Amino acid sequence: MADQTVSGGGAGLVSVPAASGATARWARRAEALALPLGALVVGLLAFGLFLLALGKSPVQFYELVYKAGFGTWFSWQNTLSRAAPLLFAALCVALPARLGLMIIGGEGAIVLGGVAAGGIGAAVAGWPGAIAMPVMAVFAMLAGGAWIGAVGALRQKRGVNETISSLLMAYIAIAVMNHLVEGPLRDPASLNKPSTAPLPEALRIGEMPGMDVHYGFLIGVICCVISWVLIEKTTWGFAARLVGGNVRAAQIQGLPVGWLLIGFTALGGAFAGLAGMIEVSAVQGSANGSLAAGYGYAGILVAFLARHNGIAIIPVAILIGGMEASSGLIQRRMDLPDATVLVLEGFVFVAILLSETLYGRFKAFSPERWRTA
Amino acid sequence: MTDTDIGLWGVPLAILGGAIRVSTPFLFVSLGECLTERSGRINLGLEGTLVFGAMAGYAIAYETGSAWAGVLAAAIAGSVFGLVHGFMCSLPRVNDIAIGIALMLLGMGLAFFFGKPYIQPVAPDLPAIEFGLWSDLPQVQAALRVNVLFLIGAALAVFLWWVFRATRVGLIVRVVGDSTDAARAMGLRPNQVRIASTAVGGALAGVAGSYLSLYYPGSWNEGISSGQGLMAVALVIFARWNPINCFLAAMLFGGAGALGPALQSVGVTSGYYLFYAAPYVLTLGMLIATSSTTRALTGAPGELSITK
Repeated sequence: MADQTVSGGGAGLVSVPAASGATARWARRAEALALPLGALVVGLLAFGLFLLALGKSPVQFYELVYKAGFGTWFSWQNTLSRAAPLLFAALCVALPARLGLMIIGGEGAIVLGGVAAGGIGAAVAGWPGAIAMPVMAVFAMLAGGAWIGAVGALRQKRGVNETISSLLMAYIAIAVMNHLVEGPLRDPASLNKPSTAPLPEALRIGEMPGMDVHYGFLIGVICCVISWVLIEKTTWGFAARLVGGNVRAAQIQGLPVGWLLIGFTALGGAFAGLAGMIEVSAVQGSANGSLAAGYGYAGILVAFLARHNGIAIIPVAILIGGMEASSGLIQRRMDLPDATVLVLEGFVFVAILLSETLYGRFKAFSPERWRTA
Repeated sequence: MTDTDIGLWGVPLAILGGAIRVSTPFLFVSLGECLTERSGRINLGLEGTLVFGAMAGYAIAYETGSAWAGVLAAAIAGSVFGLVHGFMCSLPRVNDIAIGIALMLLGMGLAFFFGKPYIQPVAPDLPAIEFGLWSDLPQVQAALRVNVLFLIGAALAVFLWWVFRATRVGLIVRVVGDSTDAARAMGLRPNQVRIASTAVGGALAGVAGSYLSLYYPGSWNEGISSGQGLMAVALVIFARWNPINCFLAAMLFGGAGALGPALQSVGVTSGYYLFYAAPYVLTLGMLIATSSTTRALTGAPGELSITK
């Protein structure tokens, strides 16, 4: 959706000779940066008013978010660890979104990827880590990719709305996870919290040198960069963007629309599945109910804030990760419930979506209107 | 089982009783969404509205001591969410599906935020009518204990069907939903009609939420909804935007939702979680069976983004 408005504005610029192509391009980039940032600020201010209305201090709130999320090296490490799953979850929304699909059930691919990794990991516990971990990652990506790829295929083959089907499949995935973790894959030793067998130390993803952040964050950043290159710099990505802009035109051009839809949804799902594997291998140590922690839903916000751009996802995920990292301190210091961060995210989300209406409204970002006025 | 053992007959009976109990929230949300979609908008945020309605209804019922005050509060809260959705979607280039997702997350966040103090206290329940007193079997009595809201919802389905079919208001909503241009040509204001339809739809979703927290399961907690608000959106498509069909589909979904607990009550415990997935699998199956890439869905409002 977002991209259609941007490309729509671009199409308008072509016919106007007043501004050179380069100026128009830079103006458009400035608009694409300024409007989301402006919307972010408006969302944060609106949440500040919400806090004021409740008799809490917004200044204290944002000070605490800064302190707990970004104030010290310790809090930065916490923030980066929390950002790691958001990177993958956002890719699961952003990649299909570039083809015009709104997939919001990444949570399902995350939990299934986690269960696949936990189950395979328990089966290959004796293998050396250098072989077993890639095997776990591959199975997790296959599980997640098949799950979300099926959503894309249903959309392509049967015209099933992908937003609804993906969320329904997320509920089904969580039921499947509970069934597997409490049934066939359950480690008999896990009494209070049903889990798969704990992974041996060799199959655990460790921390990056010199910091308390696991390698999952680095892998996530690499996946974001790969996605950006794929979408912005390759023929496949160009074809995908064409599908997102105008399906009919893409079909007339002879592009394999069906394969593009299924391929990019499956790739998004594979990234989400990888998030599940990392959550199991780096954080939990086994697959269990904690996999359904809502990363998939926070990822939707990250993707929309980043306007479905792979590189932009990285700073946005860190920002949201920092907000979530501050939740505990805010609960203790300000006596606010743990859902406070959810409300803040909701405000920011709404503000971002409302900013869509402003594209092309500001003269400063529309060089073609500079002369005529 | 209880004192009188009726063996496997307990399963269909429990499913019938469960269908009546579980279907009520589906019924209200789907009737509300049916109205909204008939006007040409889709509100995916009803899941958030439902959860907020559950919280608001429970909190007000607890504070006032009256369950019906809670239902009213939930309806008002729901209509506010609907109004917000309606106004936002009236802005150019703002996408109704995306706004729905955002309001779903915001509604749930706000419900958890304000609902924290109400997780422990006990609020009054909504009244139920005993239709099963003729029978000596406690299972039959339990199955036929019908909540008043279910009856109101059933009546509402017929009423809404009549409104769409035979009234001026119904015609206006249908025209706006089928063609913005035709509605403008008739001198109607499509955005106002859609905002009003979304507000009423939100109010009904709020009532559905209050049923969850005030009758079945009958308490407020953060896991109160298991996607009923969202499934109802798919249910409306399956019901072909017809309120009477919405009622039948809600009963079907309620029955599917009651399958897990019913089987558990007769001792079937393996695959317990998979039976809980039955309503989602059923919804997905319905969607797959009724969608098509080649022909427009019969009965679909022309302006609806989800079927284009």
